[in-house]
Amino acid sequence: MKYSYYPGCTLKNKAQDLDVYARRAAVALGFELEEIPEWQCCGGVYPMGSDEIATKLSSVRALNYAKEQGQDLITLCSACHHVLKRVNDDMKNVADISDRANNYMGLDEPYKGETTVVHFLEVLRDRIGFDEIAKKVVNPLTGKKIGAYYGCLVLRPGKILEFDDPEDPKIMEDFIRALGAEPVIYPYRNECCGAYSSLKEGGVSQERTKLIFDSSEGFGADMLITACPLCMYNLNKSEADSKIPVYYFTELLAEALGVKEGNS
Amino acid sequence: MQRIGVFVCHCGTNIAATVDVKKVVELVRFEPGVVFADDYMYMCSEAGQEKIIAAIKEHDLTGLVICSCSPRMHEKTFRACAEKAGLNPYMVEVANIREQCSWIHKDREEATEKAVILARAAIAKVNLNTPLQEGESPVTKRALIIGGGIAGIQTALDIADAGYEVDIVEREPSIGGRMSQFDKTFPTLDCASCILTPKMVEVNQHPNITLYTYSEVEGVSGYVGNFDVKIRKKARSVDMSACTGCGECQAKCPLGKMGKIPSEFDRGLRTRPAIYMPFAQAVPAVPVIDRENCTYFKTGKCGVCAKICPSKAVNYEQEDEIVTVKYGAIVVATGFDIINLDKFGEYAYNESPDVITSIELERLMNASGPTGGHLERMSDHKQPKDIVFIQCVGSRCDDEKGKPYCSKVCCMYTAKHAMLIKDHWPDTNITVFYIDVRTPGKNFDEFYRRAVEQYHVNYVKGQVGKVIPQPDGSLLVQGVDLLDNKQIMKKTDMVVLAAAVEPNKGVRKIATMLTASIDNNDFLTEAHAKLRPVESPTAGIFLSGMAQGPKDIPETVSQAGAAAVKVVGLLAKDKLKTNPCTAKCDPMFCNGCSTCANVCPYGAITYEDQQVRGPGVNETRRVAVVNNALCQGCGACTSACPSGAMDLQGFSNRQITTEVDSICR
Repeated sequence: MKYSYYPGCTLKNKAQDLDVYARRAAVALGFELEEIPEWQCCGGVYPMGSDEIATKLSSVRALNYAKEQGQDLITLCSACHHVLKRVNDDMKNVADISDRANNYMGLDEPYKGETTVVHFLEVLRDRIGFDEIAKKVVNPLTGKKIGAYYGCLVLRPGKILEFDDPEDPKIMEDFIRALGAEPVIYPYRNECCGAYSSLKEGGVSQERTKLIFDSSEGFGADMLITACPLCMYNLNKSEADSKIPVYYFTELLAEALGVKEGNS
Repeated sequence: MQRIGVFVCHCGTNIAATVDVKKVVELVRFEPGVVFADDYMYMCSEAGQEKIIAAIKEHDLTGLVICSCSPRMHEKTFRACAEKAGLNPYMVEVANIREQCSWIHKDREEATEKAVILARAAIAKVNLNTPLQEGESPVTKRALIIGGGIAGIQTALDIADAGYEVDIVEREPSIGGRMSQFDKTFPTLDCASCILTPKMVEVNQHPNITLYTYSEVEGVSGYVGNFDVKIRKKARSVDMSACTGCGECQAKCPLGKMGKIPSEFDRGLRTRPAIYMPFAQAVPAVPVIDRENCTYFKTGKCGVCAKICPSKAVNYEQEDEIVTVKYGAIVVATGFDIINLDKFGEYAYNESPDVITSIELERLMNASGPTGGHLERMSDHKQPKDIVFIQCVGSRCDDEKGKPYCSKVCCMYTAKHAMLIKDHWPDTNITVFYIDVRTPGKNFDEFYRRAVEQYHVNYVKGQVGKVIPQPDGSLLVQGVDLLDNKQIMKKTDMVVLAAAVEPNKGVRKIATMLTASIDNNDFLTEAHAKLRPVESPTAGIFLSGMAQGPKDIPETVSQAGAAAVKVVGLLAKDKLKTNPCTAKCDPMFCNGCSTCANVCPYGAITYEDQQVRGPGVNETRRVAVVNNALCQGCGACTSACPSGAMDLQGFSNRQITTEVDSICR
């Protein structure tokens, strides 16, 4: 299976680990990531203003490209996933935005939200299957107690993203089990890390990340995994005493599949 | 040619404010067949009916059109009125110019025009009406109650006391229902068992009541007065007549000690053996074997219970038994359960054993419950010093994960729980998060005020966003105080969730078997929300308890009594009048294709060979025959019949097309 791959800006610089290991794991699991040529930044946040379309156009271009290829659009970064799915929903269901964006784009055939956007984790769960992944694991992470840190962007709004239950998600825990490790469930796994507020008011994300580390470590986690570069940034900046290592989920996947060093 | 009288009702201002009643009278006066037309303020009143009777006599009327409210409201009234004046009641048609006209239109001219059109359609129909005669059907003087909770028990007792035979079908091994799980009951704090168990015993001993416990209704056929009901008596694996209820088998079942089978009755807070009675006061006091978990049924080894039973009552060979019983009336009293909380991850119900539901709290406070009535946390068996109650978990929810309605009982039982806890352990700190406190009912608000004023329960107006289990075993409750406009982060030992109530899962299946209608939330619908609250729109089906909508015990018992009276009123009759608007087959057109029988929901159509004679035809062939006692006049066969042989009396194809023609004229 071939996917139109939308890496997003962060994966090209700060979050290269998220990207590199995902590419290696995909090869090992037998699916292809075909990077969309000339993709543009999604904007990083979903623009709430409904009176302008400029901030949504980069997503529409990527979505339309995937449509033209007849491929599903895959993404890894929580923020890109969030923005792309929400803009896609607008194109499908909000006539005003869809009409204006299409008028501007002047495509041969208007884009009406036909593309399916999938997160890398959704592909693992729904298309490959965690059972299949477990069979391909060569270096099981036995004995590791891993806390899944979801953050908020990957889960919410649940009805549009349809990723998992935002209040009681299971996908990353099932992923951890597939790699042979033990998931640690802790209540702050779906709470916000402070997001962009760290750029302006460091205090908020210091407070939030402390709660996240205290809780996950308190419930026995030795490490956290995340899919979000922004969460990674804030967690890394944390000054919490209970700080434990944080990895991108793709790094552990590549490690378990034995392709971490990789030749690709 | 008919001589038709048209009577237009003002219904006070209900109709007259939007419809020009006088103009309607003037415009329909010259319709074909109409010899008289008049209007009146309230046609259904005694004076209005007198007017109709006088006009029938004076003008020799043969048909009536009443322009008024919906026929569901007063068709019966006007038919009876016509009958009084010597007219066949089926010569009356009601044109609904209220619900379908005046109430939904604002423009007077438009509404008046529509009222005239509706009147004309009814006049056109009456021109083709023929007198119909009601038939008679016998009544089986026995009632069936589905569900043996307090609603079913009370309905059964009231019917049985009136002298009629009643059967209760209960799917669990014992009657008693939800109420038997409760500790105390509001607002008087009687102990639930003390008021319920005597009734359970009474039901068991009543000469007019037969109990089918561990049994389910499997099929229903027939009609009001004459239902045939198939009941599956699931194999108990214990001989009811031999068992003395000594309890030896439960005590010795090896699975009892292994603690693997959660007790349904104790909501999983305790385990049970594979051979068990749900609770000590179970009626009948006869255990059942849970075959899915029993070692003997799984592996063929064990057999301890059979060996030690002093009266040799255990019987592994027992099989399900199906009995078919005739009933005149059926009462649905299938009760409720609380919603599944899987979609409410924010409250950490599945994560923390110290987040419990209110029913679990009832079990924890009950002297016969898993902790002997001592309130403790399930995680460490310590007594909680601080408890948070969260109201409206899934009730009044604008999202499809919950229910749109108010569950009605939670505000009161939470006040009860808070006071009972404070009574036993006065130093417990209790907080209740609520949207609104709703306590209408006799002595209800006083009860709640007592919790606030006398017991100093801390009521916080606001909802909880998240319950956060802490590594040290405590819980953090993140909520909001709307009156103070403050975020609250509260550390507590235990959280109790007032989960929304919903009709018991099986009700959809039962409603389908009974052709009784249910609403969007699976509650059974009443025939009329105000005037016929305990009857289903399906004749002979009655409603009792939570199956009809959220209600507390006092209300349930009142409704149970009301349903019983309706049942007795039906069973007291020797004969029932049957609806003459039934389907009729014209053998000349029928070719016996079976289409009608396939669509008939009541099994009213059979086939027989008949001699068919007509112009150019003289042969014996297979034709449809309608059983008038079974036919409910739904009309499915008439629209399905490919040759037009089926027709519905009182609603013939010709009458309906005439109505349509007159509307489109």
